[in-house]
Amino acid sequence: MLADFGFGILLVTFLASLYSIVASLYGHLAHRPKWVESARLSMQLTFPLLTLASLTLIYLLVSGDFNVKFVYEVTSRDMPTYLKVTALWGGQSGSLLFWSWLMSAFATAVTLRKWERDREFLPWVTMVASITIAFFLGLNVFFENPFQRFWQTFQGVDAYTFRPANAIPFAPEDGRGLNPLLRHPGMVIHPPMLYLGFVAYVIPFAFAIAALITGRADDRWIRLTRRWSLTAWLFLSLGLVLGGRWAYDVLGWGGYWAWDPVEIAAFMPWLTGTAFLHSVMIQEKRGMLKRWNMILIILTYSLVVFGTFLTRSGVLSSVHAFAQSEIGPAFFIFIGVTLVASVALLIYRWDSLHAEGQMHSMFSREALFLLNNLLFMGILVICFWGVISPLITELVTGSKVTVGPPYYERAAGPLFALLVLLMGIAPLSAWGHITLKNLAAQNGLELEKRYALAIAKLLWKPAIPAVLVLIGLLAAGITNIYALIGLTFAALTASITLYEFWRAARARGRAQKEHFFLALWNLAGRNRRRYGGYIIHLGVILMAVGIIGIEMFQSETQRSLAVGESIQLAGYTVRYDSLAQFPANDGRWVTRAVVSVFDKNGQFLTELYPRYDVYSDGQPMTIPGVRSTLADDLYVLLINWEGVTSQIAPFKVYHNPLVNWLWLGAFVFIFGTLIAAWPEAEREPLPAQARKTKTVYQPGD
Amino acid sequence: MAQSSRIKFILGGALILAAVVYLIVSSTQASAQYFMTIEELNAKGQSVIGKNVRVSGAVLGESIQYDPQSLTLRFTVAHVTADNREIEAQGGLAEVLYQATIDPNRPRIQVVYHGPKPDLLRNEAQAIMTGKMGEDGIFYAEELLLKCPTRYEEAVPAQTEG
Repeated sequence: MLADFGFGILLVTFLASLYSIVASLYGHLAHRPKWVESARLSMQLTFPLLTLASLTLIYLLVSGDFNVKFVYEVTSRDMPTYLKVTALWGGQSGSLLFWSWLMSAFATAVTLRKWERDREFLPWVTMVASITIAFFLGLNVFFENPFQRFWQTFQGVDAYTFRPANAIPFAPEDGRGLNPLLRHPGMVIHPPMLYLGFVAYVIPFAFAIAALITGRADDRWIRLTRRWSLTAWLFLSLGLVLGGRWAYDVLGWGGYWAWDPVEIAAFMPWLTGTAFLHSVMIQEKRGMLKRWNMILIILTYSLVVFGTFLTRSGVLSSVHAFAQSEIGPAFFIFIGVTLVASVALLIYRWDSLHAEGQMHSMFSREALFLLNNLLFMGILVICFWGVISPLITELVTGSKVTVGPPYYERAAGPLFALLVLLMGIAPLSAWGHITLKNLAAQNGLELEKRYALAIAKLLWKPAIPAVLVLIGLLAAGITNIYALIGLTFAALTASITLYEFWRAARARGRAQKEHFFLALWNLAGRNRRRYGGYIIHLGVILMAVGIIGIEMFQSETQRSLAVGESIQLAGYTVRYDSLAQFPANDGRWVTRAVVSVFDKNGQFLTELYPRYDVYSDGQPMTIPGVRSTLADDLYVLLINWEGVTSQIAPFKVYHNPLVNWLWLGAFVFIFGTLIAAWPEAEREPLPAQARKTKTVYQPGD
Repeated sequence: MAQSSRIKFILGGALILAAVVYLIVSSTQASAQYFMTIEELNAKGQSVIGKNVRVSGAVLGESIQYDPQSLTLRFTVAHVTADNREIEAQGGLAEVLYQATIDPNRPRIQVVYHGPKPDLLRNEAQAIMTGKMGEDGIFYAEELLLKCPTRYEEAVPAQTEG
């Protein structure tokens, strides 16, 4: 039986990963490289094995073998094949298997490389990866077997891994089907993106642990895993954005982010990961923040596992709680044990991870990076408190107190605004060095004053567009102080960043006698990380503009309309024209309204088709009709058809200014990350001596 | 130089820390919601009026009244326990909700909500509401979430299907 075959493979893979842990440990302790090699091979074996297990489950899903409980839970006959394949991550046990499978793929990829120079890392990287794989496989084997089958006994039908005595297999006629809310292209790729991000962060963590155990205090582990960190970060960011887009398209509440605990669970590793991405540069360039980077990657790993736990355990009430199960304690123990062990290792190596340099000024690049890190950590603490406060207050006071979106917006908003401003200062700090040198030559001012003067001298040109934006906003009659601050910061940061591109490209063009655009191209090519980073910053600024737009200026109205009646919002007129009801070919019952949209001069703009679908199992879904432009989205919902005559239909209309900048920014953001992560020939690490010398900024260095 | 800059960094760090703590404390106070059961809500009486409360209960199907013109929704919910372990012990959420709706002695509250009638509002659904208790003893919900546990958590198919 195929399901038993699948479970058998899971069991064998679990044993292989356990063997890999033991063999790598023994190989190192007994100085037997062959054992380490054997550990590596057995870990790599988990990848083909898990591929086979996943394919087995996918085959069961596609062929509709409802005898298998998981297949019954997440698929039904009317689902198209591609959805049956992606149902692999549509339920808890399947998504755990999928997680292990991705993990084994990444761990295999990283151990396939040449290890001559870093031989001492190998056993520990293998061990950490295997422990992670073993844990997730253990969950599958002991708690959540995706290959469980239904058996009929005299007591009734239940799901078991092994056949109970006197039982006969039981196969329902049809499955329950994937929750219709999840039958959306965005939702089909959103979980894999998040998982890819989660899983890829295990690799830098494994190297960090290897560095701690072997006592290598240099930045080799960071250099080796730089691209992994960026990849992880890119996927995690993509996952978050796709999730937001899905919510906007499908959930029908006019928003994209609800500060739901599960959203925050995916957002927290992103916060530490982003901080990590920045602070490792300081370790590479200045030999500082070594302990801090260790703390960040350990935290990221714990938060990744915690994130998987929150999304998959149903411990917190949430719109995402499609899954409920008993695996909570196992996750809790695993997070606790790995966190304590990692921190113990860090404390053990604490003294050897001393900084090679020292920070001199509050305006130095290092200090700004540190500030950036503190802000990210601040947001993390705010998020963490928001998620756990119901649990804590219940323990302390007996009554459960929870905080909603206003808490997060109020507490984290100022920190986000500061981060936007900091992104603008980032390029300044780089060219600040030159100006500073010039200033120092001119007069003997104090260091702090020189920095301040240098920044003022550099700032006035890019500040002009920001001031113009502010004047424009005031002229447009915008009085919301937070929006004014936010948009001015965004304009300032964008103009400083663009100015940096222009300035550096012009300087390079002059020096190298290149055309401006060629110089720009070469500039980005020569220092991908810096200019990729700046492009990411521009993307974030665009996203910030979109977020400010929808958060501060969203308006809504709702009313029941008779055919021919209209509703007004933000200068738009929405007229209800007609309504049709018909069955769709996949068993949905569709109620589709036609509305016409007019602008404030009465000019016809477009027709929209807000829909209200009811799936065959009774699950309804509200699909908005959206007119989308760069300036705003008009988001029309047909709400709750039930109990209303065909002549009158209730509508809800949202006006979402600037929201498209959010999605646009995401594309710029991805582009920047690709530039930053694009492979270039690996350079030998600089000797520590060379790193300590002051580097003077050069365009495209 | 080194000493004075260290002090500056420590001061700067302390300042940021203080700012974050201040933001957390003040925002928590400003947006705190009290999780309560209907029993607790009724027992507290006057003291909860005007506070942000999050309460959950079983919807009584017959009580649902909806005026599509004014989008006003009225219904009554019955007390269910908030303790997950107790729910499991009593046979799962669906069973607990069913019991709540048929037991006439359960504490109940009337709810008023302005907005579209949610798709899942029906008998034995679990309503999770955020809002405030009015002077008139009616709960004015600002946010209304609904769960129909049978659909998601029915682990075993009905035998008649086979």
